[in-house]
Amino acid sequence: MADVKEMKKALFGPIIDSNPIALHVLGICSALAITTKLETALVMSLALTTVCAFSNLFISLIRNQIPSSVRIIIQMTIIASLVIVVDQVLKAYSYEISKQLSVFVGLIITNCIVMGRAEAYAMKSPPGMSFLDGIGNGLGYSFVLIVIGTIKELAGFGTILGFEILPLVQNGGWYQGNGLLILPFSSFFLIGGLIWFIRTIRPEQVEPKE
Amino acid sequence: MSAKKETLGKTVGIVVAVCLACSIVVSGAAVGLRSLQNTNAALDKQSNILKAAGLAGEAVSKSDIAKIYDERVEEKFVNLETGEYVANPAQGTGKPYDMYGKVSKDPSSSVQVEGAPAGFNRRAKVANVYHIKDEQGAVSRIILPVHGSGLWDLMYGLLAVDNDGKTVRELIYYQHKETPGLGGEIQNPAWQAKWDGIKLFKDGAVAVEVKKGVKPGDEYAVDGLSGATLTSNGVENTLVYWMGEDGFGPYLKNQSWKS
Repeated sequence: MADVKEMKKALFGPIIDSNPIALHVLGICSALAITTKLETALVMSLALTTVCAFSNLFISLIRNQIPSSVRIIIQMTIIASLVIVVDQVLKAYSYEISKQLSVFVGLIITNCIVMGRAEAYAMKSPPGMSFLDGIGNGLGYSFVLIVIGTIKELAGFGTILGFEILPLVQNGGWYQGNGLLILPFSSFFLIGGLIWFIRTIRPEQVEPKE
Repeated sequence: MSAKKETLGKTVGIVVAVCLACSIVVSGAAVGLRSLQNTNAALDKQSNILKAAGLAGEAVSKSDIAKIYDERVEEKFVNLETGEYVANPAQGTGKPYDMYGKVSKDPSSSVQVEGAPAGFNRRAKVANVYHIKDEQGAVSRIILPVHGSGLWDLMYGLLAVDNDGKTVRELIYYQHKETPGLGGEIQNPAWQAKWDGIKLFKDGAVAVEVKKGVKPGDEYAVDGLSGATLTSNGVENTLVYWMGEDGFGPYLKNQSWKS
């Protein structure tokens, strides 16, 4: 088993230092679409973290058995099965949210973060570490989603998690909701701003000029 | 990756084993959770009906919803052409009748809608409606399902009408894909409240409108949503179609719930 320092690196490293969205720019599509409200962003984060952790674990467990000629298909099979299970559990235990997330839970299958970690990390590392790496990358994804979800919900609807912070004009308050931030593509600006911010405090992430 | 993994037999064996294990997990989850999911879907529908009935305030927990629904709501089936009640068309199949399901495509159970005024080409011949009973058991409201296209896609709603068959009490949209913050405001309680007391018919013709700049005291019009003209038009078209002769018009004239 790896030492504690290495475990910490696998678990917390992906939050800022090697964030899958901010540094590797993976998994952008779902980050755009489901961050309109913080609640859906939280559930999506949880779903992706679960899938990423367990797919890493199972793929790592059988990594020495997987024939390299069909490894991508086997990874996909495992990831897809986990996603279906997560989708079914959501439908059973939080129906309202699963209705809002609709196709995006299914699209975790094609989320580059899960595939990327399975191929890049779990195929070469022991199960325990792979599991932590999956959770870590899930947390990195969650971090970005939560930041963006909070900004968008606050600026667009004047609420956080459905609680009114800035009373809207429509409901007799003073705050005019920002219509742009409600639309999915506005996350591009926010993710761009976030990457800028992270690279300003961590200049080593800036790619060298070609 | 060592070469010893690459024999054909082993590759096939591993693939089959992984697929088997995965399919067992997936089907296990699907079968094990199905009853919970069905309950959820049914509860979701019931709570929407209670909302349209104005009874949602009384239902707090999930068991309340089912209990109040059982006491106060009665599902009925209306032949839209005659406006008369008919027996449940799905009787004996063990599934609830769904006017938006397969029956709305099947030529034997649906009709063509000429020109698609509300954005759909076919509709089922028989519609689900709901009687809401007051505490004495008399019908106090009728809930009619309405749907029609908004800006992006079909919007599904429930229209609650007084037992005079002419006055709107609630218009609840429970499924739509309108832009959040603009057309999505059809779900805003402040806008929904504007529907209370709106009259549907004037001299026997459908008169309800959604428009800009409603004069105070106008009983036939609701103020449109600002920034969502196409959604507002969609709501108007939906109601004009469904209240007309082709929709619930004959049923609302018949007032079958009174007999």
